Amino acid sequence: MLTIKNLHASVEGNEILKGINLVVKPGEVHAIMGPNGSGKSTLANVLAGKEDYEITDGEVTYEGQDLLEMAPEDRSRAGLFLSFQYPVEIPGVPMVNFLKAAVNEHRKFKGLEPLTAGEFLKLMREKKELVQIDTQLTNRSVNEGFSGGEKKKNEIFQMAMLEPKLAILDETDSGLDIDALRIVANGVNALRSKDNATIVVTHYQRLLDYIVPDFVHVLYNGKIVKTAGKELAFELEEKGYDWIKNGDV
Amino acid sequence: MSVVQDKIAISESYKSLFEENRELLNDGSSPLLNRMRDIAISRFAKAGVPDVKNEDYKYTSLKPAFSKIYKHYFSYREQEVDLHDVFKCDVPYLDTHLVLLVNGWYYIRNQKIGNLPTGVIVGSLQQIAYEKPELLQNYLNRQAALSEDATVALNTAFAKDGLFIYIPKNVVVEKPIQVVNLMRGNGNAFVTQRNLIIAEENSQVKLVMCDHTLSSNEFLCNTVSEVFVGEHAVLDYYTVQNQHNNTKTINSTFFRQEANSNLLTHTATLHGGLVRNNLKVTFNGEHAEANILGMSFTDKNQHVDNYTIIEHAKPNCLSNQLYKNVLDENSTGAFAGRIHVARDAQKTNAFQRNNNVLLTDSARMQTKPQLIIDADDVKCSHGATIGQIDREALFFLRSRGIGEADARLMLMNAFTYEVVQNIRVEPLRDRISELVDKRLRGDLAKCHSCNYECNS
Ligand SMILES: Nc1ncnc2c1ncn2[C@@H]1O[C@H](COP(=O)(O)OP(=O)(O)OP(=O)(O)O)[C@@H](O)[C@H]1O
Ligand SMILES: [Mg+2]
Repeated sequence: MLTIKNLHASVEGNEILKGINLVVKPGEVHAIMGPNGSGKSTLANVLAGKEDYEITDGEVTYEGQDLLEMAPEDRSRAGLFLSFQYPVEIPGVPMVNFLKAAVNEHRKFKGLEPLTAGEFLKLMREKKELVQIDTQLTNRSVNEGFSGGEKKKNEIFQMAMLEPKLAILDETDSGLDIDALRIVANGVNALRSKDNATIVVTHYQRLLDYIVPDFVHVLYNGKIVKTAGKELAFELEEKGYDWIKNGDV
Repeated sequence: MSVVQDKIAISESYKSLFEENRELLNDGSSPLLNRMRDIAISRFAKAGVPDVKNEDYKYTSLKPAFSKIYKHYFSYREQEVDLHDVFKCDVPYLDTHLVLLVNGWYYIRNQKIGNLPTGVIVGSLQQIAYEKPELLQNYLNRQAALSEDATVALNTAFAKDGLFIYIPKNVVVEKPIQVVNLMRGNGNAFVTQRNLIIAEENSQVKLVMCDHTLSSNEFLCNTVSEVFVGEHAVLDYYTVQNQHNNTKTINSTFFRQEANSNLLTHTATLHGGLVRNNLKVTFNGEHAEANILGMSFTDKNQHVDNYTIIEHAKPNCLSNQLYKNVLDENSTGAFAGRIHVARDAQKTNAFQRNNNVLLTDSARMQTKPQLIIDADDVKCSHGATIGQIDREALFFLRSRGIGEADARLMLMNAFTYEVVQNIRVEPLRDRISELVDKRLRGDLAKCHSCNYECNS
């Protein structure tokens, strides 16, 4: 589904990703952990198509296509979804208008007719239930005045609306209380199937109790320095990252 | 020709035009209008056409516009077609009392305006000044005469007709009164329009002023409106400017508010070549409130300049200004807002904000707040920003599958959302919001309001 080969990316001349290799197959869950500033969000943003980064080397194939050549909107329509670490507030863009536009763009891409107002509202109701997001929130402008946790929930709500093939969740767990964490994780799990895949970026093993990873990768200083099964997350929680940083792998 | 000579030449030519047509100007007009002309033309001749050397016109020279040759019409000219057939409103399905003016004149074939409450007068300024001078004499030119703007004096010198509205004490006009100012002719035309609106004590009225061009020739429009808002009166004044890019408009509006009155002005500039809006609010009584909103959308070489003066002459009043502009391509814009709080105007609240988005590197915006505060117990604030489309937000929308052009459109709509939301007439709010969307999509051509095809 996704193949990343020797990916190098820099910002303003500073190299941040220094040769990432990763293969994600349908049905898999990959967790990416690693210290602050190691490049996890950079990787997620590069995959989603943010233009701030210069790709200096390497390639990324998604479903047989050269991902790096695609516009962000085309990546999204092709089934890639990024749940942002810091979702942006957009005053003046009502959630409903935004979601309707997004959903219908995805449908157009698939050759489907746009949803009628009634169908759209029904879909929204269904998905709102899944992540237990308040109508009061979806009646507002995108993330405007949302609390940190509400913004994260809103990301998963959007994910539920768009039903992506490859979801990248960048620290969706931080800022969530225990109940919200469970709800969000259940939401993510409900959307999982043998055909889609998830990349979970997190600092905490807790989330991985709910969304059980097939692989745990440690990203350090722009490179994946260690890959193992889910037990690695426990080890990291216990020992921190120093033992990896120190090259004691 | 030197600049000084040039200036003299233009104002002299208007002075001679005045002298030559004195009889025509006075003919059929009320003495109320005629008695102001001489002083006004001398004032204009002395001051000359404003250019950038005039501090108030620092960002907008009117010289090039005035240097052209225009036809002037000193009497009403009948149109060969019924304007009701030619003009189709861009604000459809809005239930209003509709009034048409053409080239600054009250349209003689105006169809029945609809059932206005008893005592309400909507009609031709020329006619009513002639027939019922007692209605106007305490109002006409009472605000405009205080203006130092030469274009206002020029209007006073040449004013023959325009709109007159009178809302008697305690009368509430439920439906908005929609005034459509149509420009139509062949050959470049100079248009002088003079409006007078009186809303007496405890009355309520909503006015929607729409400016349209129906022919492709050049127009220079010089409009002056004086609006009087009585004690406890509530007046909404919406302006939708949608004129073609060969039009130059100077639109000076004066509002005088008595105690406890409430004013909302909303100026939407959708199209126009050069637009200068002068807006002045004077608080003449305590506990009055004015919300002054504006937004403009420019592209190509358009220029829009909003110039406001809020005169807090009395204590305990509130003024709140919000202007937003979206500038594309090579367009330019200006906002200058002066707030003056008089020495005794304690407990004044005066706020002003001007936010601008530049969509290209070549668009330019000038913004200048000016606070002159002579009282000590006041709350005043002002703020201005000039920025670009928020790139983070743009990326976010695109990352959800929305194409770049649509995402930009959403963000521009979002930018002006706040201004649109302040419209107090709900159907009008929806309609203006649609117009803004159309404008941003580039679907709102100047010809949209016209059934004629003039091809340019
Ligand atoms: N747009 C940018 N401009 C400048 N520096 C950037 C930019 N984006 C990322 N960086 C830098 O790149 C490095 C990696 O940042 P990134 O956000 O990818 O880290 P992270 O692993 O997600 O960290 P965290 O766990 O704190 O979220 C940091 O040093 C950061 O300051
Ligand atoms: Mg991060």
